[in-house]
Amino acid sequence: MDLSLSTRTEGGRTVVEVGGEIDVYTAPKLREQLVELVNDGSYHLIVDMEGVDFLDSTGLGVLVGGLKRVRAHEGSLRLVCTQERILKIFRITGLTKVFPIHTSVAEAVAATD
Amino acid sequence: MAIVELRFTALPEHVRTARLVAAAVARRAGVAESVLDEVRLAVGEACSRAVGLTRQVGADEPVTVTLDDGEGRFSIEVRDAVPQPAAVGAGEGSASSPFPGAAANGASLDVAESELGLAVILGLVDELDVRAGAEGGSIRMSWPSAKDKPGDEPV
Repeated sequence: MDLSLSTRTEGGRTVVEVGGEIDVYTAPKLREQLVELVNDGSYHLIVDMEGVDFLDSTGLGVLVGGLKRVRAHEGSLRLVCTQERILKIFRITGLTKVFPIHTSVAEAVAATD
Repeated sequence: MAIVELRFTALPEHVRTARLVAAAVARRAGVAESVLDEVRLAVGEACSRAVGLTRQVGADEPVTVTLDDGEGRFSIEVRDAVPQPAAVGAGEGSASSPFPGAAANGASLDVAESELGLAVILGLVDELDVRAGAEGGSIRMSWPSAKDKPGDEPV
C-alpha cells in the first residue's frame, strides 16, 4: 500500500489526513506536503494518523522536521493517533514527550498550548 | 532449519518488499502473531539503514537479508557492503564518524535518521548484534519461534 495524503481546514487548523505506509520510500512525499503547507503560511498543523498502517523512523524524522518548521513560525504540530502499534514507536523513541498526541481530530482542534 | 535469502538493489522502494517477506517467513516459522509487527518494523529499519548507507557512498552493491528459522529462534541478518571507516583505516578525515561520507556530503539528516532507526531497533529487539567492518556492516536480530517451546513442535 502506498501513502495517501489529503488536507483540509478545520477550526483554523490545517488537518493532514495520512493513510497507508510511511517508510523510507514514501516519507519524502509527506515531507514535501508539510514543507509546502508551511511555505504557504499554514503554521498550525494536525496530522491525522488514524489511517496509517505502518510508520518507521524515517516517518518520525519527517514529523520532527515538520515540527521544527512550524515552531520557527510560532506554530504547532499535533498528532491524532489511537493505534497502539504506532504509538509504541513514539514511546520507544521518547517522542511522546515532543508531540502532543490526541485521540481525535476534534480534540486536537480544540487543544490550546 | 530453513533459510530464505533476499538480495535487493539498495533502493527505498524495495524495503517494503523485505518487510513483507520477513513477516511472511516469520509467521511461517511460528513467531507469535503479537511479535510480527516488531519483526516487520525492525527489519524495515535495518534495511532502510543499509539502503541509506549504501546510497550515501554511491555504492551499487545490493543489500542482503537472511531469514533463518533454526535452533528454536527466528533470526534475521541484514548486511550491507559499505566499509565502515573505523575498520578501513584511521587515516581518513571522517574516521570519527560511524557513517562514511556523512561529513563530506552534508548528509547529517540522513545520519540522524539512521541513528533514529537504530534507536527503534534497540527499543524493539532484545537479541541484537550490530557489526561493522571493512567488508560492510550487519545487523542480526532474533526472536523466539514456536519451536522454542518444548512439546509445541509444529506438525
